[in-house]
Amino acid sequence: MRFMVLVPADDGYEQGRMPGTEELAAMTRFNEELVKAGVMLAGEGLHPSAKGAKVRFEGGKRTVTDGPFTEAKELIGGYWIWECASRDEAIEWIKRAPFPDGTEIQLRQVFEDEDFDAVMTPELREAQSRLREQTETR
Amino acid sequence: MPDPATQRAIDAVWRIESTRLIAGLTRIVGDVAVAEDLAQDALVAALESWPESGIPDKPGAWLMATAKRRGIDALRRRIALERKHELIAHEQRILQQLDQPDLVAQVDDVEDDVLRLIFMTCHPVLSRDARVALTLRLLGGLSTPEIARAFLVSEGTVAQRIVRAKRTLSEARVPFEVPGRDELGDRLSAVLEVIYLVFNEGYAATGGEHWIRPPLCEDALRLGRILAGLMPGEPEVHGLLGLMELQASRLRARVGPGGEPVLLADQDRARWDRLLVQRGLAALGRAEKLAGALGPYTLQAAIAACHARARSVEDTDWLRIVALYDGLAALTGSPVVELNRAVAVAMAFGPEAGLELVDALAGDRALRDYHLLATVRGDLLERLGRDAEARAEFLRAADLCANEPERELLLARAEAL
Repeated sequence: MRFMVLVPADDGYEQGRMPGTEELAAMTRFNEELVKAGVMLAGEGLHPSAKGAKVRFEGGKRTVTDGPFTEAKELIGGYWIWECASRDEAIEWIKRAPFPDGTEIQLRQVFEDEDFDAVMTPELREAQSRLREQTETR
Repeated sequence: MPDPATQRAIDAVWRIESTRLIAGLTRIVGDVAVAEDLAQDALVAALESWPESGIPDKPGAWLMATAKRRGIDALRRRIALERKHELIAHEQRILQQLDQPDLVAQVDDVEDDVLRLIFMTCHPVLSRDARVALTLRLLGGLSTPEIARAFLVSEGTVAQRIVRAKRTLSEARVPFEVPGRDELGDRLSAVLEVIYLVFNEGYAATGGEHWIRPPLCEDALRLGRILAGLMPGEPEVHGLLGLMELQASRLRARVGPGGEPVLLADQDRARWDRLLVQRGLAALGRAEKLAGALGPYTLQAAIAACHARARSVEDTDWLRIVALYDGLAALTGSPVVELNRAVAVAMAFGPEAGLELVDALAGDRALRDYHLLATVRGDLLERLGRDAEARAEFLRAADLCANEPERELLLARAEAL
């Protein structure tokens, strides 16, 4: 089973403060542990939302707002992609991460093709395949 | 009995901790069978006390301490009851080892224990079947019934295989260590072979009703990823990992809606798993950077990469694939590799050139009853318009093939001619 683990961005992060040496060392150790357990497939950190943008869809119009975003609790600072045998295993791994008090980590399961089998018609699947092919080969 | 949620949480902890626990205990007591028993006892203790007390903050350390304490108690009781001297001596020794503070664990990396355990479970004194079963059990965390299901044998067979394997290791006094430079090459090959055997059984099942069994591929991938983390300087470890990641990226395109096999040429490439392709190419890159001359797994990964990079069959760099197969054939001398090379030659230079090579291989004893030789021959004959001969080859291939969905595909191809 594939999971995405979403890590929130705190205030300091949003203001572009880089993590301290100790914090970074602890996180590096945790990442190493994930890699050595064969769990981590990918993981990236995100720039502060000041470098991002929001695009809003309304009444046929698209309105673009530059970052930073004001809704602090929606901010994402980074993510992991993990391969685990179960949701419980993913939770067990999250519990071991060196996050400070007050952090709330979100765990989400990644859809795999089989999850769509019930609702996908062959036409839909083909259309989606074509689409993916175009984006991949661009 | 713990409630289902606690049970699942304990299972998850066990999956994460069991390998390191067994590896650490093996280092202490020097016997993998004793170590596994002690680890199992600790799990039973966890099942008894965690539902009440909650899962401890450091479950790995809790399990290790409990395994040792329970082991010591049990041994003391047994020694008190025992009358035979040689047995007491053996148990006394284990008791002493358990009862000492574990100084090694404080200075040494526990991960090195896991690496030592891999080399032990893949030791050449064991038969191939035994290596696979023991590795899946101790490093993959699979239960005996799971291994039995994976290899389509009875639970009794697997259980016996594992018991015998542990006894063989103990009788042969196989040391708990990473082999030295002089034998590392051969011993590492044995480890890689076990992992790839597991992967292949998932990727192209040799028997049974399913053409692929993705959970087995995942177990093998996880072992490969663990090994790459433990031996980052070994090119072939990355080569094997790259090969498996690239092949696994095609898994979901490899079966049709009815469970039938879909061959590479007919696969919907948009369904390939891009994350695994990326990871495979990255692992191949690491292998190529580390290697002087490319080893067999790295060469196979490089071939898989040619497919992964191609948008279609026609778009594939078949010339490069032929060259890579040349290298692989020179290295392995394997007739199966020669057969694959013939397929690549047919793609690069036309079916006639391929058929010539296949015909030269047809007399090879190892390939005579190999269903893929007949399949390839049928395929090339079909492309040359020699339908009657092609049909006969597909029927012969179906006869030789033990995997049910694959057999049906061959019969359908014969039928269509």
